[in-house]
Amino acid sequence: MDPVERWAQAATAAALLAIDPEGLGGLWLRARSGPARDRLLAGLRGLLTAPRRMPPGIADAQLFGGVDLAATLSAGQLVRAPGLLGSGPVALIAPMAERMTPGLAARLAQTLDASQGHCLIALDEGAEPDERLAASLADRLALHIDLDGLALADCPPPAFDAEEIARARTYLPHVRLGPDAHAALTVAALRLGIDSLRAPLLAARAARALAALDGRDTADEDDLVTATELVLAPRATRFPEEDTDEAEPPQDAPEPPPETDAAPEDELDETDPPQRLPEEILLQAAKAVLPPDLLARLAAAKAPKTAKSGAGAGAAKKGNRRGRPLPSRPGRIDGQSRIDLVATLRAAAPWQTIRRKLTPDAPQKVLVRSEDIRLRRFEEKSDRLLIFAVDASGSAALARLAEAKGAVELMLAEAYARRDHVALIAFRGTGADLLLPPTRSLVQTKRRLAALPGGGGTPLAAGLRASLDLAALSKGRGLSPTIALLTDGRANIALDGTANRPAAAEDARAMARALRAQATPSIVIDMGNRPQAQLRDLAGDLAAPYIPMPRADSQRLSTAVTAALDS
Amino acid sequence: MTHPFPFSAIVGQSEMKQAMVLTAIDPSIGGVLVFGDRGTGKSTSVRALAALLPEIDVVAGCPCNSATPAAVPDWAEGVGTEIVSKPTPVIDLPLGATEDRVVGALDIERALTRGEKAFEPGLLARANRGYLYIDEVNLLEDHIVDLLLDVAVSGENVIEREGLSIRHPARFVLVGSGNPEEGELRPQLLDRFGLSVEVASPNNIDDRIEVIRRRDAYEMDYDAFMAHWQGEDASLRKRILEARKILRAIETPDATLRDCAELCVALGADGLRGELTLLKAARAVAAYSGAETVGREHLRTIAASALRHRLRRDPLDEAGSTTRVARVVDSVLA
Repeated sequence: MDPVERWAQAATAAALLAIDPEGLGGLWLRARSGPARDRLLAGLRGLLTAPRRMPPGIADAQLFGGVDLAATLSAGQLVRAPGLLGSGPVALIAPMAERMTPGLAARLAQTLDASQGHCLIALDEGAEPDERLAASLADRLALHIDLDGLALADCPPPAFDAEEIARARTYLPHVRLGPDAHAALTVAALRLGIDSLRAPLLAARAARALAALDGRDTADEDDLVTATELVLAPRATRFPEEDTDEAEPPQDAPEPPPETDAAPEDELDETDPPQRLPEEILLQAAKAVLPPDLLARLAAAKAPKTAKSGAGAGAAKKGNRRGRPLPSRPGRIDGQSRIDLVATLRAAAPWQTIRRKLTPDAPQKVLVRSEDIRLRRFEEKSDRLLIFAVDASGSAALARLAEAKGAVELMLAEAYARRDHVALIAFRGTGADLLLPPTRSLVQTKRRLAALPGGGGTPLAAGLRASLDLAALSKGRGLSPTIALLTDGRANIALDGTANRPAAAEDARAMARALRAQATPSIVIDMGNRPQAQLRDLAGDLAAPYIPMPRADSQRLSTAVTAALDS
Repeated sequence: MTHPFPFSAIVGQSEMKQAMVLTAIDPSIGGVLVFGDRGTGKSTSVRALAALLPEIDVVAGCPCNSATPAAVPDWAEGVGTEIVSKPTPVIDLPLGATEDRVVGALDIERALTRGEKAFEPGLLARANRGYLYIDEVNLLEDHIVDLLLDVAVSGENVIEREGLSIRHPARFVLVGSGNPEEGELRPQLLDRFGLSVEVASPNNIDDRIEVIRRRDAYEMDYDAFMAHWQGEDASLRKRILEARKILRAIETPDATLRDCAELCVALGADGLRGELTLLKAARAVAAYSGAETVGREHLRTIAASALRHRLRRDPLDEAGSTTRVARVVDSVLA
């Protein structure tokens, strides 16, 4: 699709959202901050009834309503503030939506479900494929727009004015869908590989809004087509089946069956378009909009994307800056601790009558004494991340790999209670792969582990480097990483990927020293049938315990790792 | 005011609906956990359930829905003796709710304005004798989970904070929903749910179309749609009430008890909770179908829901717990 069309589509999406904010749920706008986004937003703001910007890191009370402390103090009685979402339907504009915590995303999703007339405009500035809006929210927002790569010259000011929108709004309640529309949208969604049933519903709403925009009381085929382009196509996870696999064999063998199938259909297309199956038309439309490199993009985006959701529960506790809140305790204001205002007020509250009697002339509404001050406390306990760096080379043999997989799964099964996250790096051939990004989800793990390949050389240094990188990254996210290296010790591939045994050993030792310098705790498990002196030395470089475990099964591996970590 | 989407209008998802109906018949089965993908109607069915449940008799104005004036806690002031009926409470526990909101806390307003030490009840009080619903239960913060576990076990909420020392009954049916991809549930909490259900989008095209159609009709032709389906809901409610009446009279043959025990032993389910839940749920199934005794067919209907989340997790078993239960049920109840 060329830039002008993409922009036109974005403008249409904005108009639709203005017409039916509640029904469509909102807009997922993926774009870096820039003139194109600004222009679309400015146009959109003009159309929406109550656009409100939500600052990132907003407190729950400000968003969903709660006690207004300032007002409570000055009035001397409890004052509740309604919060951004509490006073009538709002179009919530959420910048940096890709950084939203899963908890907040879940609560916003619930708010949208409650259909109180709110809608959400999620401004997703994610630079990497894995930085993106939470899936639970994306599923509820009908319109997905990507403005990436649009120049201002491609973007004339949007053509819709407020009057048109207002007129369309009055039409909207009367718009009906044709009899086959539901079926067509549902089938089209299914064939585009969209599992959620929200998608066809939202597409139906979009079609209706499109008809209202045109001032018609029935959504026609064109509306369905546009709705499909807007709502279904961005959610597609595959090309419609016919297009990929099944279309090719007939080309190779243009024998009777395909001919009889294809010919009449073509004829119908030419002579009598209305008799085509509507979903075919919708699929054609979706196909036209789907980027040609969809599959490549999906393949690229899929791993990190699921990784993000896999890290969901973990990321929510990012850094444990908050940790588990403990009861606040009396203390003095020292400029460092945070005051628990509500608790302070609570502590002061029962004494108000007595204090008032003692000091009748005090000007303050609330008499707070220093002994009332309560300070916030959090139990700071960082989640642990166990990075398994597993040797998947030919010499480590597939059986050992299976045991390592089993150990990872066993550790994960206990992970919740222990607050552990687990990640898996496999090294084989000439490099190392992050097979399982930090996660506590068994579902994710099983999926990833099933596909773990084996064979090839032993690029020990590459495995260590990957572990080092992941450890540094996870420290930045507030996890405490520990590396468990499972190998049989014969490093034979150097960091540059060449098969050079001395260089490989030297590289491995260098990486080990780098890890040690980072003070990342680690353990080395020798899975070889005979313990390797070389590996023992490596463990020395790492300052890590060295555990030779020939013929270990998953259970024993898991026990050994746990024991080594707890000691 | 618009009513939630009617329970009986939910297409398919029979296991989820069955589990919810059973807890309505016998709340002591202890809760439902619904795990599954996005857009499968998890939240819809819980909200629908609220409208389906029969009304309960409560003392007017009692903050924790007491059934008799004698049961009203002494800290609740100004509660009379009048009995009124009101819908079974279904209380939402939002993620990120503070401890104060969940268990209750000092009433700041009265403390500040009148210098009185009074208790402001929380969500647990309001959920008494009803349902507590937690969406995305696997994202719930640990310290709230701990609170819930404690209350769910004891059926009593004990508040010891800010100079308050207060207790009130808090018996509720826990309903949780979540998406397993977002994270696991702590085993202790998992165990607290009587039944667990795995939901998926229907893969039958006609069912999917029907879902879309009904939802659309609900939004567009609200009145006509509700007129039809509220009638269906009413007859379902009647069946639930009838099942409640005969529940106690249902016979439990020794053979069924033995079957329950054998199933649990064969599956290696932890503790006796599984057995008890299985029996209770099967009895509720029997009552719902109007049978006089609990038999194997009832056990078979409910075994997966009652046991699949109690199996010791075997990460190496690719088949998943549902299949394991089915396999064992087939061999034990053959």
